[in-house]
Amino acid sequence: MIVFQKPKALTDAPFHYCPGCTHGIIHRLVAEVIDELGIEGKTIGIAPVGCSVMAYDYFNCDMIEAAHGRAPAVATGVKRANPENIVFTYQGDGDLASIGMAETVHSAARNENITVIFINNAIYGMTGGQMAPTSLPGQVTQTSPYGRDVKACGYPIRVCEMLSELEGPEYLERVTVNSVANVRKAKKAIKKAFQNQIDGKGFSLIEVISSCPTNWGMTPQAALKWIDEKMIPYYPLGVYKDRSAKKEEEAK
Amino acid sequence: MSKLTFNTDNCKGCGLCVDACPKKILRLATEKINKKGHHPAEIIDQAACIACASCALMCPDVIITVEK
Repeated sequence: MIVFQKPKALTDAPFHYCPGCTHGIIHRLVAEVIDELGIEGKTIGIAPVGCSVMAYDYFNCDMIEAAHGRAPAVATGVKRANPENIVFTYQGDGDLASIGMAETVHSAARNENITVIFINNAIYGMTGGQMAPTSLPGQVTQTSPYGRDVKACGYPIRVCEMLSELEGPEYLERVTVNSVANVRKAKKAIKKAFQNQIDGKGFSLIEVISSCPTNWGMTPQAALKWIDEKMIPYYPLGVYKDRSAKKEEEAK
Repeated sequence: MSKLTFNTDNCKGCGLCVDACPKKILRLATEKINKKGHHPAEIIDQAACIACASCALMCPDVIITVEK
């Protein structure tokens, strides 16, 4: 009996990610959810610009490559034109929280019926480790060699908290993948985000706190520990908005 | 009888599976080098494997198949 194998929604192409990069884990979770919900034939993914720019090589469903940051806008168009399809975007923090902030906020405000998988690793990975809007205060990056100075660069953006203030979005949750238990929780969250779309509930965003061993300058093991020590205190895990659950509670 | 299969050529030797294993029966084969030039992960004691799939859950490159 097979307990675990590569999900069918992933192609055989080997990932180009650095050793120990958690992008691979999250790709697999999305693919597993697609398999389990039986939506492979009607899912359309929108790839971002960033490390995961080549996501279209790895998913076995139809994929579209969006301009930098514009994945939610492309997803909006695809979903409105083909409401029977399941549309998800897969975006990093440089894509979603920096250049694509307007698209993110407005698609959430409009409660577009799409699923957004947001990978937050607090750094620009593909371009070589520059400071991102999500880099922590004091974090050393290529463009903040003395640590992020919040007086000059401002404070990191907590996307889930910010979007939770909007009336629009249906579901917002922050998870991480730095341990087996957290990987299981992350899968549950991603599955809920896809299920919400199937049920026509609206905009679901799952923020996954991820690691970047290469640009953080750490071993993969140390990077996972750094998530626990530094990232989680600034980006607490949890559900930030669940409108359906709130409505049910109010109805009681 | 549980069985772990590694797609060794795609292993990047990050070692996350080694840390995830509750039985501590995985290791990076430091005397071997795969196609990509990494030391691939391997199982030391197949009989001790409980097929919990923790290694496979943490593997970023999805190279592990777990059978029971």
